[in-house]
Amino acid sequence: MLEPKSVREVQEVVNTASTAMLIRGGGTKTALSTSSGNETVIDLSNLSGILEYRPEEFTFTALSGTSLKNITEMLSENGQWLPFDPPMAKIGATIGGTLATGLSGPGRYRFGGARDFVLGVEWVSSAGEILSGGAQVVKNVAGFDFPKLMIGSLGRFGIISEITLKVFPKMNSFGTVEWDCGDIDGAVGFVKEMTRTPIDLFAIDLESNGIVRARLGGLATTLNNRLARLSEYREGAKIILGDVELDLWEHLREFLWLPDDYSLIKVPITPDLIPQLDACLTDGQSQRKYSVGGNVAWIGWPGTTQEVDTILSGLGLGGLLIIGSPETSWLGTSSTITIFADKVKRAFDPEGRFLPL
Amino acid sequence: MFTDFVDELSKMLAGDQLLTAKSELIPYESDGLTAFKALPRAVVLPEQQSEVVDIVQLCHRYSVPFVARGSGTSLSGGSLPNTDGIVIGLNRLNRILSLDAEQRIAVVESGVINKNVSDAAHPYGLYYAPDPSSQAVCTIGGNVAFNSGGAHCLKYGMTSNHVMGIKAVLPDGNLVELGGSSLENVGPDLVGLFVGSEGLFGIALEITLRLLPIPETYRTVLAAYPSMELAGDAVAAVVASGLLPGAMEIMDNLTVRAVEESVKAGYPIDAGAVLIVELEGEASAVEEEFRDLQEIISKSGAYNVRSARDETERNLIWKGRKGAFGALGKISPAYIVQDGVVPRNQLGAALAEIDSLSQEYGVRVANVFHAGDGNLHPNVLFDNREDGMLEKAEALASEIVKMCVRRGGAITGEHGVGMEKRHLMTDMFSDQDINQMLKLTNEFDPKGIANSGKMFPADRVRGI
Repeated sequence: MLEPKSVREVQEVVNTASTAMLIRGGGTKTALSTSSGNETVIDLSNLSGILEYRPEEFTFTALSGTSLKNITEMLSENGQWLPFDPPMAKIGATIGGTLATGLSGPGRYRFGGARDFVLGVEWVSSAGEILSGGAQVVKNVAGFDFPKLMIGSLGRFGIISEITLKVFPKMNSFGTVEWDCGDIDGAVGFVKEMTRTPIDLFAIDLESNGIVRARLGGLATTLNNRLARLSEYREGAKIILGDVELDLWEHLREFLWLPDDYSLIKVPITPDLIPQLDACLTDGQSQRKYSVGGNVAWIGWPGTTQEVDTILSGLGLGGLLIIGSPETSWLGTSSTITIFADKVKRAFDPEGRFLPL
Repeated sequence: MFTDFVDELSKMLAGDQLLTAKSELIPYESDGLTAFKALPRAVVLPEQQSEVVDIVQLCHRYSVPFVARGSGTSLSGGSLPNTDGIVIGLNRLNRILSLDAEQRIAVVESGVINKNVSDAAHPYGLYYAPDPSSQAVCTIGGNVAFNSGGAHCLKYGMTSNHVMGIKAVLPDGNLVELGGSSLENVGPDLVGLFVGSEGLFGIALEITLRLLPIPETYRTVLAAYPSMELAGDAVAAVVASGLLPGAMEIMDNLTVRAVEESVKAGYPIDAGAVLIVELEGEASAVEEEFRDLQEIISKSGAYNVRSARDETERNLIWKGRKGAFGALGKISPAYIVQDGVVPRNQLGAALAEIDSLSQEYGVRVANVFHAGDGNLHPNVLFDNREDGMLEKAEALASEIVKMCVRRGGAITGEHGVGMEKRHLMTDMFSDQDINQMLKLTNEFDPKGIANSGKMFPADRVRGI
């Protein structure tokens, strides 16, 4: 494993690598960061550090191997944060790995995901050049939106070396209302109703057993009134506050619910398809969490993932294996086997020096 | 050759869908950037998505350049025709294909007018957030091509942040579907790449949009300041306070006077600058934030502060702001509007520099801008009937944009590069960065027929 400490060293690695390059950050997403053969593994955890942070601008620029933990602490000291709840911060995820896999947590619901906060990227190309896209200001449309393209690109177009993100003022208090809607159909129906309320929900998640949790964030002075109002939407509301509340969402954000030795699969979905997917997964020992107002399914799966692949294909859904064995990344209907993606790959990596899409 | 091409077009389209007479072509010779004009050889007006695909395939076969056009409101010359090519007008592709209120998803054809999406969603308590000033006429397809912004980007982002899926025809005639109906995605963000690609990757036919619940309450404040500096400082103070307004807009005295003459929005005409701040969201939270905002504004040196008491007053405040460009058109025979971005802490200095550049060139500049995100809109006013004035105005406009880049900003915040700023791309990007963009363009459009000549400096389009 190669561990470049500077962008210059990343370039040297690219120039000398003799097998396909696999890029690794904190190694938290094992299915994507572990070598399954003879790839050249490039570990970026030493390419770390904040390059610029201007709290008054609500932007920062960091090297891609910088840990989410360090970034969160730095922002927090200035009353700021990344509201998309970047996952796996506690276990060592880096900002580069988060963006390259395109992962967001439950807070993605309110203000958008990783894709919506990235302003600029710099990367080392397959030819060893330092290239960049975007800018360091909060609004910019000049040139192609390469920063967004890099989101979810899994290091298959280039090695992200530097990232500029916008940040938001941090909400200073949170509360959650929980309902038991009986079953998944009841939960989906209720979530669809709730996502149209004028109440500014920060997050809304649901579970197979019919539990729905809606999270509010904002000024402490108005929170209790808002929670009371939210509770009135349905009988049986339970208000959760304080550390219990914080732990609850951390549990989801950090995937602490995932049993050891289980694979973790991310599946973009729409609320209407959740009951069908859930029904297909009820046999066996799988675990499911549905987040972002029913726009993403997180599937915890024991054993090989072939069966999930078949289920997803049958429903016309695509998934990405995040934690698990590195042999397969894409499950179900793949969004990457397209003419469009091929053209992009050819323009960025004509000789296939990074892993194929 | 071109005659054969037109013959084939005429076989696939009805008579009123193919325009070739000069008198019919003239309305298409320029867009919102009227300083640039080019007469296309033909205009086609497809009514079905399949017709667009057929037309693009034909263009590819005959190597005829095409420019897709919605309502032609581009301020960067984004839909300026090629003189050796055709314009594909998409206004008839204007169906809202589905509106799923429960999942907050609308699927629309590219010729649907921006505001019509919100109007259709309104009965369900939903709306489409991006609101360019031209929203009553501009199309979603154009918004996608140029990643249009608007006054409310600060909180909810640009077009790109609201597009979940795109069905498009590539310049080689291939049909692709990118993204889907979910807010989430796996794999590279191809939708994100397509949005803002200025028509160089082909034509969006069908677009899946996310809708948002209509905010329960708005609190809109209009504050008048003796100077631009004080208004700029007020914006910095609001941003620093941790409030997240939906919009923060500044207009200078020249703009305020033009607006008052034109739409009578009730702005104080003696103001050195007028600031609009709008909070939006859930009623109880907004009321609390409004108290904080009032306190900040009261300490910011404003000499006249007014809060909209109802929707009519709010609309009046916005009518002035949204009518600003039109109003400036009435006080000047021609103008160029730039939309460079500077870091927000550079706003005051950037405005002072624009002022001194304006004096140096002897050309008036009216400033109206999205202050919350540092997105300037200096309107360079000139008389195009005077010899050399267009060139002078363009030179001044370029100087302003270069100044934005020097201050760590960007050449365009929402209008796109188009024709107008293509020579400025090298100020912002390295040769290698531009080469990478061109490599991508060549993959999608090896014949160079899709909105050819836009975004890149003229000498860089070919032969990388």
